[in-house]
Amino acid sequence: MILTALAALGRGTLGGLAAAGRVGLFAGAVVSHLFRPPFYRREFLVALLQIGWLSLPVVGLTAVFTGAALALQIYAGGARFSAESVVPSIVAIGMVRELGPVLGGLMVAARVASSIAAEIGTMKVTEQIDALVTLSTNPLKYLAVPRVLAATLSVPVLVAVGDIIGVMGGWLVGTGRLGFNSSTYLRNTWEYLEVWDVGSGLVKGAAFGFIVALMGCYHGMNSGRGAQGVGAATKSAVVAASILILAANYLLTEVFFSA
Amino acid sequence: MIEIEGLQKSFGAKQVLRGVSLRVDRGESLVVIGGSGTGKSVLLKCILGLVRPDAGTITVNGAPVAAHREAFLGRFGMLFQGAALFDSLTVWQNVAFRLLRGPERRPKAEARAVAVEKLARVGLGPEVADLFPAELSGGMQKRVGLARAIATDPTVIFFDEPTTGLDPIMAGVINALINSVVREMGATAITITHDMSSVRAIADKVAMLHAGKIRWHGPIADMDSTSDPYVHQFIHGLAEGPIAAVR
Repeated sequence: MILTALAALGRGTLGGLAAAGRVGLFAGAVVSHLFRPPFYRREFLVALLQIGWLSLPVVGLTAVFTGAALALQIYAGGARFSAESVVPSIVAIGMVRELGPVLGGLMVAARVASSIAAEIGTMKVTEQIDALVTLSTNPLKYLAVPRVLAATLSVPVLVAVGDIIGVMGGWLVGTGRLGFNSSTYLRNTWEYLEVWDVGSGLVKGAAFGFIVALMGCYHGMNSGRGAQGVGAATKSAVVAASILILAANYLLTEVFFSA
Repeated sequence: MIEIEGLQKSFGAKQVLRGVSLRVDRGESLVVIGGSGTGKSVLLKCILGLVRPDAGTITVNGAPVAAHREAFLGRFGMLFQGAALFDSLTVWQNVAFRLLRGPERRPKAEARAVAVEKLARVGLGPEVADLFPAELSGGMQKRVGLARAIATDPTVIFFDEPTTGLDPIMAGVINALINSVVREMGATAITITHDMSSVRAIADKVAMLHAGKIRWHGPIADMDSTSDPYVHQFIHGLAEGPIAAVR
C-alpha cells in the first residue's frame, strides 16, 4: 500500500520534472530563434493585432471594475482607522504594482493562450504543421516565435492601459460615490505613485505575456489527436499559463521587494 | 533516385516498419498500397524526417536524407490527404507560400502570378485565388494542395491518399492531374493510397506494404498477374484471404 503510494508519487514527480524540462527546452528554442533569421514580419504583425489590440476591451473592462471595487474596499477598510484619504494612492499603487498586471495577465491567458493552443493544435491534427516542414519552414520559428515576441511586447502596453483605466475606475467611484473632490483625488494618485511602481508592473506584464504565448504554443504544438486532443491542449494551456503567471508574480514581487 | 534500405520503426511495443527496402528511380512514379495501419504514412514521414526511424537508411541521389534534409525539402512538394492548406492564408498565398518567404522569395506580384498560373494548371480560375480554403469544396482544396505541391517545380513529389473523400469523378480528375503534372515535370513521385483506380492511373511501379514489410514490388503491368495471394486479395478487395479483415 505504502509502496504503491510512493511509486505513484515518484511517477508524478518524474512526470512533472520531465514536463518542466520539455517546456524549458521549448522556451530556450523559442528565445534562441528570436535573434536568428528568417524573421516572419507579417506573422508578427498579425499576432500583435490579435494578442494586443483585440485584448484591449477585455483588459480595459477588467481594469475598470477592479479599480472601482478596490476603491470601495479600501474606503471601507480605511474608515476603520480614519484613513479614508488613502483611497486614491492605494488604488493607484494596488493597480499598477499588482492587480493591473496580474488580472490583465490572467485575462490575456484566458483569451490568448486558449486561442493560440486551439489554432496551433488544429493545425497539428490537420497536418498543417507537417505541411510547413515540407515547405522548408520551421514550425517553431513560423508559429511560436512571432506569437511569443508579440505577446511579450504587447502585454506590458495592455497593462499600462489597464493601469490608467483601473485608476479611472477608482476615480469614478471615489468622486461619484465616496464624495472625493476630483482634483484632490487625481493629485493624491499622482503624488504617491513612483516610477518604479509603474515600471515593476510593466516588467511583470512582459513576463506574463511571454508565459501566455509560450504555454499556448507549447500545448498547441504538443496537442493530441482529434477534437479531444485539441480541447485538452487548450485547457492545459490556460491552466498552465494561469498558474505560472501567479507563481511568476510572486517570484518577481519577491525580487522587487528585496531589491 | 530514392533508395530505402532496412527501414525499421516502432512506436512503443508496436513495430510498424520491420525492415522496408525500396528503390524509386528518377522520374518514376511508385505507388505504395496496403491496408490501414500497415505503416504507409509512417514510411512517408520517415523519408521526410518527420519521424525518426529506429534503423535503416534513406538516400536521395546517393546522399543520406537525414544529413541533407534542407536541400531535399528545397526541391520537394507534397499533397496531403486533407490538403493541409493554411486556414489563415488565401488560396494564392497558400500556393505561393514558398515564393513569399525563404530563399526562393520573389516580389509579391510575381509570386501571385506564379500561383495563378499553377492554379490554372490544376483547372482552377483566377477568381479562386483570393478565396480562403474554408470557402472551397474538398475537390477544390485537393487541387489547391496540388498547385502548392508543384509551385516551385519540385523534382520529388509525394501524394498521401490523394483521392480519399472525393467522389469518383473528382477522384478521376485528381488522378489525371497528378499523372499529367508528374509526367510533364519529369518528377519522381511516391503515392500512398488504397484507391485502386488511383494506382492504375498513376503508377509506373507498385509496392505492397504488409505487416511492416514490402510484400510485393513490381511494374503496374505485372500487378494483376502476380501469384501473391496478399496482392490478389488487396487489389480485388476480397474479404477472404491471408489479410485479416479485422486488424
